[in-house]
Amino acid sequence: MRKKMACSLPDEVLEHVFSFIRSDKDRNAVSVVCKSWYEMERWCRRRLFIGNCYAVSPRMVIRRFPEVRSIELKGKPHFADYNWVPDGWGGYVLPWIVEMVGAYPWLEEIRLKRMVVTDECLEHIAKSFKNFKVLVLFSCEGFSTDGLAAIAASCKNLRELDLRESDVDDLGGHWLSHFPETYTSLVSLNISCLGSDEVSLSALERLVGRCTNLRTLRLNRAVPLDKIAYILRRAPQLVDFGTGTYSADLQTDVFSNLAGAFYSCKELRSLSGFWDVVPAYLPAIYPVCSRLTSLNLSYATIQSPDLIKLLRHCPSLQRLLVLDYIEDSGLEALSSSCKDLQELRVFPSDPFGVERNVSLTELGLVSVCLACPKLQSVLYFCRQMSNAALVTIAQNRPNLTRFRLCIIEPRTADYLTLEPLDVGFGAIVEHCKDLRRLSLSGLLTDRVFEYIGRYAKKLEMLSVAFAGESDLGLHHVLSGCESLRKLEIRDSPFGDKALLANSAKLETMRSLWMSSCSVSFGTCKLLGQKMSRLNVEVIDECGPPDSRPDVCPVNKLYIYRSVAGPRFDMPPFVWTMDEDYALRDS
Amino acid sequence: MSPPLLGVEEEVQSNVSSPSVDCGLGLKERNYLGLSDCSSVDSSAVSSSPDNNKNNLNLKATELRLGLPGSQSPERETELCLLNSGKLDEKPLFPLLPSKDGICPSSQKNVVAGNKRGFSDTMDGFSEVKGYAYAEKSWMFHDAGSDSESPQTVGHGKYPGNSGANVILSARSPGAQASVKKDEPANVLQKQPHATNGINLKQTDISNNKSSAPAAKAQVVGWPPVRSFRTKTLATSSKNNDEVDGKPGPAALFVKVSMDGAPYLRKVDLTTYSTYGELSSALEKMFSCFTLGQCGSHGAAGKEILSQSKLKDLLHGSEYVLTYKDKDGDWMLVGDVPWEMFVGTCKRLKIMKGSDAIGLAPRAMEKSRVTN
Repeated sequence: MRKKMACSLPDEVLEHVFSFIRSDKDRNAVSVVCKSWYEMERWCRRRLFIGNCYAVSPRMVIRRFPEVRSIELKGKPHFADYNWVPDGWGGYVLPWIVEMVGAYPWLEEIRLKRMVVTDECLEHIAKSFKNFKVLVLFSCEGFSTDGLAAIAASCKNLRELDLRESDVDDLGGHWLSHFPETYTSLVSLNISCLGSDEVSLSALERLVGRCTNLRTLRLNRAVPLDKIAYILRRAPQLVDFGTGTYSADLQTDVFSNLAGAFYSCKELRSLSGFWDVVPAYLPAIYPVCSRLTSLNLSYATIQSPDLIKLLRHCPSLQRLLVLDYIEDSGLEALSSSCKDLQELRVFPSDPFGVERNVSLTELGLVSVCLACPKLQSVLYFCRQMSNAALVTIAQNRPNLTRFRLCIIEPRTADYLTLEPLDVGFGAIVEHCKDLRRLSLSGLLTDRVFEYIGRYAKKLEMLSVAFAGESDLGLHHVLSGCESLRKLEIRDSPFGDKALLANSAKLETMRSLWMSSCSVSFGTCKLLGQKMSRLNVEVIDECGPPDSRPDVCPVNKLYIYRSVAGPRFDMPPFVWTMDEDYALRDS
Repeated sequence: MSPPLLGVEEEVQSNVSSPSVDCGLGLKERNYLGLSDCSSVDSSAVSSSPDNNKNNLNLKATELRLGLPGSQSPERETELCLLNSGKLDEKPLFPLLPSKDGICPSSQKNVVAGNKRGFSDTMDGFSEVKGYAYAEKSWMFHDAGSDSESPQTVGHGKYPGNSGANVILSARSPGAQASVKKDEPANVLQKQPHATNGINLKQTDISNNKSSAPAAKAQVVGWPPVRSFRTKTLATSSKNNDEVDGKPGPAALFVKVSMDGAPYLRKVDLTTYSTYGELSSALEKMFSCFTLGQCGSHGAAGKEILSQSKLKDLLHGSEYVLTYKDKDGDWMLVGDVPWEMFVGTCKRLKIMKGSDAIGLAPRAMEKSRVTN
């Protein structure tokens, strides 16, 4: 079976060497060196990442990689997070689970993002994978607490259960109690997304008490503040903790108990949760603040003065998620207190309000960018921006790798000059040479895309909304951005010409999403028919697109490369454009 | 910063005195981006003659032959030649760091010399400056309404040394020149091109964003991009904290809607409706294909467009009734309580077969018939 070539290394040696190669890119590179390396590599690949579950079929994966222990799959397009993908679109993981049950009995880890996971899937996992250790369901849906109960009951070696931001059906039943009393191997538990009554506190406390290796515990909102102390004292080894609701009537004994409990957690580096915060209880976390590297206050509706006081205690902070209540003054304080800051995310407290409710402008962002030399990743919601600010940011923070700016009102111009923000974003892409992810907003013409096409050579993901003026904009991006993998566009006047001219580029990308743009149905059909390795899917809830003339623009378009051909689990409002489309339809 | 300012002022004057007539483009001054004319930005718009660009074409046409056989429209080539990356490098489009780039001296000179907005200026090798001046741009091609001549000339003049696309700012001295045309910014923002449907921006709000009484703004669907988990959480937070800023209830309230016999759920945002009637029609549209039993093959569903009344009959006749699950977990018939109360207590919707709904209070059923 395994031929030995004259001057190559013995298989055992190759296998050993390959075992040190962990990154997918490197693994893929190794596998195309020669046939024997391909063979060797595929037998010893243990970890798979599949960025689009429809790009390949489970059978193909299993055929090539027979010994996988860990798999990560992503389903729906990113814009599904904002409800722009209708329900029922797809992303079902069941077909994968069913195939893997047979092929990978020793599967240990499943990580899913934006996929539909049913209780049946969870039951399969619980019953079939004897050494199952890690289940991460990030922004998934379709399952209930019954499925979780099955996992809890059967997965004796479970180490990690992470349900972040998933939509779980509460059917009652106290699923946490299904963890047997003998079960002690939990290392990470994230149930922060669960609704009110889905957690039994006593079961939780017992679980925490007996799992001495617990490092990450993120509770849900239902866990009251006065229970935190008890839990923390049972798990002083915690590194990452998410509180439940952080609100109660202020009582000195509760406070001092809480502060003492936090004090005992010497390893704590990351805090989150903080729903419904009563500011008076914030000082209880001061004992751990000096060691904190990550702080998620993005659900905490506390005002700037309290935030400033808190941040002064956190000199080691590397990652901060916060609401715009922090205001410019708070960001100013952040910039002077937290010199190690690497990631900042400022979310809107009133995203749908018409008027500004907080004093947060571009100045806050500029002050952080000027003063925090390690800042790499920014997500910022605000209501005004200027080219000058963006240029300043770009010049001072060329090490930015992720820059996502959302000016809340679409097509907002530079408020100082009323110009488009082309120049500002242009500066960002020009100076930040390692920029991998960019989200645009504000008033933008085709020119910004010209800059992006010219400078953003490492850009992998671009999000566009209400921007550009013509196909040239899209053409600039598709022809210039060499590293582009994901492009998502809404409400921008990009149409047929750019797509047709750059159709080959689409095969080098993971996916393209366009909604409320100007791509005609005719072009979709053409692309689908000619490009056999692209799946061109038209989403239209108003009815079949062929009931309208070919020149009519389609509502939503999702194009992705695939070696598995068109999928067959589409709902009635999704049409695949392929050679058979015309035949099927007539 | 002075050169640009000078330039801008000059522009103002030049624009005031010589409106777009100079450009010969038939643009109205107040069109910020000339967008109203090219709002029909579909392929049909690009009719205009690329012929004059053939000299540029030939080099680049071959370079970008990535398109599909049969899709090589002349327009495409034209645009592509305009984008000529080789030549792009030559010209300083980028006004950001003139000194560092080392390619801008000429542009600075041009700036001082006068960034006139007119089309003719693009012929002068003028390139833009620090965001205040723009030359013409190839998108003029898509100016569906304008005469065919203009795009031609645009095409020619567009590349002062082929520096690529620049954006025209006819009368675009908006910047500081509030005095010149106060209404420009407003118009500027008003005449945004819509690619297609789906945008309900209230124009007046944009122009009057400083005014005290913004009317109930029609929201752009799904914007800003905030995860629904976060929206829900914040909505509940604000209710709890009594942070009432006159905000009418939660920002978005998605509830699942299921239907007996339908293979999967849908979600609706209750805050987008204000009456039971609206909700009902929306649901009818959403589930029409199921009601017809035509959710099989593509193209089969919806070939005939159901009249709304026929559908209504189906839903409100003996076939289906609309029910909801409230905060206490009980299933109730929709329509019993005032709309606002319903929105506050509804956790989930379900379209049940009439026969299954018999268990619910008969008086309520009758009431719901009447209201619906």
